[in-house]
Amino acid sequence: MAEMQAEIVHRHEAPKAFIWKYIFSLDHKVIGIQYYLLALFSVFVGLTLSILMRIHLVWPQASIPLLDKVSPLGAPGGVISPEYYLSLLTLHGTIMVFFVLTTAPQGGFGNYFLPLQIGAEDMAFPRLNMLSFWTTFAGLAVLMATFFIHDGPPIGGWTSYPPLSAVGGAAGPGMAVGETLWVVSIAIFCVASMLGAINFIATTLDLRARGLSLMKLPLTCWAWFLTAILGLLSFAVLLAAGVLLLLDRTGGTSFFIPGGLLVSDKPILHSGGSPLLWQHLFWFFGHPEVYIAILPGMGVTSHVLSTFARKPIFGYRAMVYAMSAIGVLGFCVWGHHMFVSGMSPYSAFAFSVLTMAIAIPSAIKTFNWIGTLLGAKIRFSTPMLFSIGFVSLFVTGGLSGIFLGQPPLDIYFHDTYFVLAHFHMIMGVASIFGIFTATYFWFPKMFGRMMNETLGKIHFWITFVGVYAIFMPMHYLGLEGNPRRYAEFIDNFLLPLMSVHRFISIAAFITGAAQLIFLFNLIWSLFKGKKATENPWEATTLEWTVPSPPPFDNFAGKHPVIYHGAYEFSVPGAEKDYIMQNSPEEVAADH
Amino acid sequence: MASTVLTPTKPAKAGKPGGSGRGSGGFGPGGSGGGGGWEGYRVPSRTYRLGMWFGLGGIVMLFAAFTSAMVVRRGMSFDWASIAVPRILWLNTGVLLASSLTLELSRRALARRSATQFNRWLYATLVLGLAFLGGQLVAWRELASRGVYLATNPSSSFFYVLTAAHGLHLAGGIIALGYVVFRAGSMVRGLTRRTPLDVAAIYWHFMDGLWIYIFFLLTRWS
Amino acid sequence: MALAVALVVVIITLLSGYFFWAHTWWFPIDISKHGGAIDRQFTLTLIITGIIFVLAQLALAYAVWRYRDRGDGRKARYSHGNNKLEATWTIAATVLFIGLTLMGYHIWAGIHFVGAAPGAMRVEVWGQQFAWYFRYPGPDGQFGPVHIGDKYDPATGKYIDDNKVDDATGNYLGLDRDHDAASKDDIVTATLAVPVNQQVELILRSKDVTHSFFVRELRLKQDLVPGMEIPIHFTATKTGRFEIACAELCGLGHYKMRAFFEVMTEPDYQKWLQNMAAAQ
Repeated sequence: MAEMQAEIVHRHEAPKAFIWKYIFSLDHKVIGIQYYLLALFSVFVGLTLSILMRIHLVWPQASIPLLDKVSPLGAPGGVISPEYYLSLLTLHGTIMVFFVLTTAPQGGFGNYFLPLQIGAEDMAFPRLNMLSFWTTFAGLAVLMATFFIHDGPPIGGWTSYPPLSAVGGAAGPGMAVGETLWVVSIAIFCVASMLGAINFIATTLDLRARGLSLMKLPLTCWAWFLTAILGLLSFAVLLAAGVLLLLDRTGGTSFFIPGGLLVSDKPILHSGGSPLLWQHLFWFFGHPEVYIAILPGMGVTSHVLSTFARKPIFGYRAMVYAMSAIGVLGFCVWGHHMFVSGMSPYSAFAFSVLTMAIAIPSAIKTFNWIGTLLGAKIRFSTPMLFSIGFVSLFVTGGLSGIFLGQPPLDIYFHDTYFVLAHFHMIMGVASIFGIFTATYFWFPKMFGRMMNETLGKIHFWITFVGVYAIFMPMHYLGLEGNPRRYAEFIDNFLLPLMSVHRFISIAAFITGAAQLIFLFNLIWSLFKGKKATENPWEATTLEWTVPSPPPFDNFAGKHPVIYHGAYEFSVPGAEKDYIMQNSPEEVAADH
Repeated sequence: MASTVLTPTKPAKAGKPGGSGRGSGGFGPGGSGGGGGWEGYRVPSRTYRLGMWFGLGGIVMLFAAFTSAMVVRRGMSFDWASIAVPRILWLNTGVLLASSLTLELSRRALARRSATQFNRWLYATLVLGLAFLGGQLVAWRELASRGVYLATNPSSSFFYVLTAAHGLHLAGGIIALGYVVFRAGSMVRGLTRRTPLDVAAIYWHFMDGLWIYIFFLLTRWS
Repeated sequence: MALAVALVVVIITLLSGYFFWAHTWWFPIDISKHGGAIDRQFTLTLIITGIIFVLAQLALAYAVWRYRDRGDGRKARYSHGNNKLEATWTIAATVLFIGLTLMGYHIWAGIHFVGAAPGAMRVEVWGQQFAWYFRYPGPDGQFGPVHIGDKYDPATGKYIDDNKVDDATGNYLGLDRDHDAASKDDIVTATLAVPVNQQVELILRSKDVTHSFFVRELRLKQDLVPGMEIPIHFTATKTGRFEIACAELCGLGHYKMRAFFEVMTEPDYQKWLQNMAAAQ
């Protein structure tokens, strides 16, 4: 019966018209690439903003060419003003968190490879998929518009705490129209992410190939699936918070604005709202968001480590359980962002214990990654280098969380550079390393050409050493109590730290410039790269059973049947050192 | 896991895990397979229903967030003044409940392939849905005439936010039913699947239940 | 390549660790009664995480170098993991991490679960964009009411002009010294001065947006949330002049929102307070 069904062939051709093929495409692969390009654009904008910030911090008087054209008000004569620094900071955070770390791993690679890895012809709801992308695009467009309004982007930070974010233009430049656009952009993004999440969940649960039980899924698919659940539940809460904030700003309500405020000598006509309410709602989203950014990176790292170690992943089930535990616990720890916020100190302690609990599955994952390498036969291709880098960064970034998760220590470290170091290491850079891993690993499948290995390795070395050079010293700044989000350093205790800041800035310039190598490699390889075979990495999962790039209907109308787990490498007695998931090969193995 | 024998799992057996094997005829892109492009791409009805259930999960979180905001905002403030909800809400509630009933009647009619009954109840549902939205507008007008606006008091703020959020969602349901009306003919003749109706019905009944919850919240807690 | 990766990981690990080890950059002196416990908890955490950090990175480096593909036809070990090991490190991580946070319990409890002693000196700390003001209750021990912004009247739903803030006359907190008896002797300053070895309770309030009171040497940080009065207490143990920084993004001048914090001997403090009272 199954064999007969597998014979039924329905081939589908791609639409011919350009607009349906590339713009409003329903093909998950095209949509995946669209998401990736959106994230690629965003990441270079976000990177540029961070470079500008690093310039301003160490050379506040530097005149940056062309910048006064973009913002005559914020950067008169190209010199970044303190308030423009905050605009850059706000947009850097927002762009990176939402439009890079949330979109590239999930919307980009998830869209492209989830259906391929589970043997489906497409996502469950292609139209919904297209809608999610274009909604995301609209969100980005609205956010980018803040650059071009009179007083520039908002200065409230990506966390947008009220009352600063709620009382309008009195709170500072960019807090009138700019902040409203920010809220609208985020609300749009929430809707887009929820629509996308529904698709991922239904696809994973319902469209798996015959034989592909959940415990045979590649860990990448598990990661996308769990990320989708987190996204669905958490973005809904941010959407609600965004709606309420928007009403506070434009409808005269007082959800987050208390009474009796005087901002810039202007009485604020609101009463009784709670600034902490926003923080609770925001971090109820914000903490799962951290895992939304990192889970796909964990998935792809596990996947790539196993593939290039030529060894099954160590503790597959433990990995699945750990990721699930992280997902569940991720909803119970939001209060650790609020230890010094004025929240009840009793609940702070409860949040602290839960936060430490979430370190446990994270530790399990780390040990399993190292366990995967023990007894391996490692091939050092660029994707492997980046996933090794991921593990190293994950350890470093994770351990600083042990400090921050303890309320008595957080009293000192809260909102210092120690926090910056922590979340950039783990949520920023580690996740970005996951994206790089995925790019180098799947580029051949997506575009039919290999990326240049030499350029890839140069990119890896500069980036790996560079991010440590940037973010490790931030821990030391944190020890010295250097507060974050300072546009300039005028406190006496901050002056001796300028040399550290200069070091960080220079490291940032070099590391930032190295990303151009990546961009060049991406474009060059697209046209001149070596032709990729069907399975250049000798991997086991289904996407490597179809041509590179895959045909429009993925499996040419056939329905793959799965016989093996995702990580059957170096099976004793097997013909090759890997067994494809859909290979009917029967091998007796001694453990 | 002392010793493993790697046997290719029998596909028929392994199709089950997660209850997601495609047991029925809906194996992958079933149906016509005709032509190019997307006409032939179809996932089983159950996948649509599954997607809808998860979508509702997102909506639950949205309203849970509103609710918790309301509980917190009310609990900590001195300025909360309860508002008397407009009486027409009782009528609206009845209308919405009736619409769920008529929707079920239309689904049964479709199962019987009774075109006239199907259409009649479907239109009745649409009309009741629109009547509910109209009734909600009347309720807003009544509050406004009493001088109770969005920003008048936190309780009125939540009243407007919750009713508007629900109304928007219900309007989405009306659009979905409109699509069903558009496809009604071919559904009755069995030319297209009844999936859109079934999925819209899940959504509609959920909106009904959600309204009961919101109504309870507004009358008892606000 | 394997050697290079291993070496770089080792070098980064040792270099990163060295600066913690050498205290090249470190906490400032501790001048509070509770700070010593925080510093000890930090050191303990640093030792534990430091060991894990070094071991994990070195294990990674070792595995990468030792198990490189040597082209000798050896196959990788076929193993799906080891449940015993899995259980071991799960339990180890649980004990370590949860244990650490429980050990810090008494510090947090000491700061937050018990209020200030009845005899503690009380000072209000006010944050506004981008300045700090401190209010001492004066001889009556009472803080008078503040008149900031407009007042909402729940009965009518209207706002009543209640603003008496006037920067020109130095009435930063909107005190009505003519009508409010308790306000008469209130002392408002731009510097926070406290006597040494005496418990102080700060009441944190904000006029506009959220700020955060941060004195590094006190090991103390607490947000000032508009609409809330957040109490926090400490005892300073050393005299000296320190800086107060704002640690919560509060707008364009966030970086320059600072003030001085002075710990004085009791006589010095009394003298200072009298001077301040005279200047009101």
